[in-house]
Amino acid sequence: MEKLKGLKCRECGRAYRAAPVHVCEFCFGPLEVDYHYDAIRQVVTRDTIAAGPTSMWRYRDLLPVEGDIAVGHHVGFTPLVRAWNLAQELGLREVWVKNDSVCHPTWSFKDRVVAVALTKAKEFGFDTVACASTGNLANSVAAHAAEASLKSYIFIPADLEQGKVLATLVYNPTLVKVEGTYDEVNRLCSEIADKYHWAFVNVNFRPYYSEGSKSYGYEIVEQLGWRTPDHVVVPCAGGSLITKIWKAMKEFKTLGLIDRVTSKVHAAQALGCGPIVTMIKNDTDVLVPVRPDTIAKSLAIGNPADGYYAYKTAKESGGSGEHATDAEIVEGMLLLARTEGIFTETAGGVTVAATRKLIERGVIGKNDSVVICITGNGLKTPDPLYERLESHVQIRPLLSAFDRALADLKSQSVREG
Amino acid sequence: MARMRVRLTFPPERIQEPIIYHLVKDFDIVTNIRRADVKADHGWVALEMEGDEASLERGIAWLKGKGVTVDPIEHDVIIP
Repeated sequence: MEKLKGLKCRECGRAYRAAPVHVCEFCFGPLEVDYHYDAIRQVVTRDTIAAGPTSMWRYRDLLPVEGDIAVGHHVGFTPLVRAWNLAQELGLREVWVKNDSVCHPTWSFKDRVVAVALTKAKEFGFDTVACASTGNLANSVAAHAAEASLKSYIFIPADLEQGKVLATLVYNPTLVKVEGTYDEVNRLCSEIADKYHWAFVNVNFRPYYSEGSKSYGYEIVEQLGWRTPDHVVVPCAGGSLITKIWKAMKEFKTLGLIDRVTSKVHAAQALGCGPIVTMIKNDTDVLVPVRPDTIAKSLAIGNPADGYYAYKTAKESGGSGEHATDAEIVEGMLLLARTEGIFTETAGGVTVAATRKLIERGVIGKNDSVVICITGNGLKTPDPLYERLESHVQIRPLLSAFDRALADLKSQSVREG
Repeated sequence: MARMRVRLTFPPERIQEPIIYHLVKDFDIVTNIRRADVKADHGWVALEMEGDEASLERGIAWLKGKGVTVDPIEHDVIIP
């Protein structure tokens, strides 16, 4: 089956053959993968998908890879958890948590996009991959490059703390610390990607890389029993994930795998870095870049590449957006941990907090079904919680001391009702 | 000659100024507008610039001094 048509400009529609390029040479619009849906429809059914591996590769016919899967065989198909306790806390009937905090191998949804990008890099014959990242993306690129025996270069601002890069360094990439402001580092990386024949995952491989996020959306639909929920609340950084979840749902409908798409997709961002949600709230397609100032570091992109498309997605689906303050983000993390036993990073706190606010606004109704997107693991960045948590009881090593402490705790519990 | 693909975002107070004209005339940069959206209160231009590296750097510094935001065409490349 020939499933890939090639690439297509999202702005002017000009077609390109499948190659490691990402910008339309005519209008400078971003390129996106284009498929032969009629051909895919002939071979993909619910049964063929269900018979596939328990990973994101069960949807490989809908991903832009053509040869063997080179890397990341176990990525994806993460749990979709029915969150009964959280639902009760939020006053809703049906809440689900799509839990990519346990995505193999580096505990974030970035494993999905990187697995596709590096498989495609191998297909194109590249021997070196690269990214500019301070967190989850760097972890994932370095880990997958190690697995695929590819050379990897990770670019970071020179002032980033050493502790932040240990989970990347362990995979033995070449770490390049760039002196200069954020803007200077950013521009240099764009120029490096333009000059060197490397697979820069989120630059010249962006059309392929970003398609990996669709698997997150496919899984939500399949795991819900081949239906779309009433609402999906999605954390937004670069803005790609929300567009790809929406695209995934529409593709399933195009292929006849579901009858209709009923979801409203909502954007969740931190108040200290929320340019996409600001667009949605102001109903304007003009994105005003911001300087991030938030504890939600994994969402801290002030000038998101897909901001405009994220706004369009929320609007097209009938969705909305909400900002979360730093305090609300921490509360969101603690609420998810306390009710469902899931420790998410700050981005997850943003999503939980935004969901709560969408409920308060009446955007999400009590009898609606909601999927909350959890995209990263809290164990990587516990810093925001250091001063918020403490152990409750300290005793001497005597049974009588424990008896007294337990009695105190119980009476305290009774007093607090 | 070096080539750059950038996105310039103009603050409202610069909309009426011939910024790109000065970029060409004062810094000897060859420009080519590929896409743009300029309204009364905001504007952006997707621009190709060609020139020697030093001229491009000086031109970008001048743009920033004017309050014009200069981003790679990819926007933020550094990802958390």
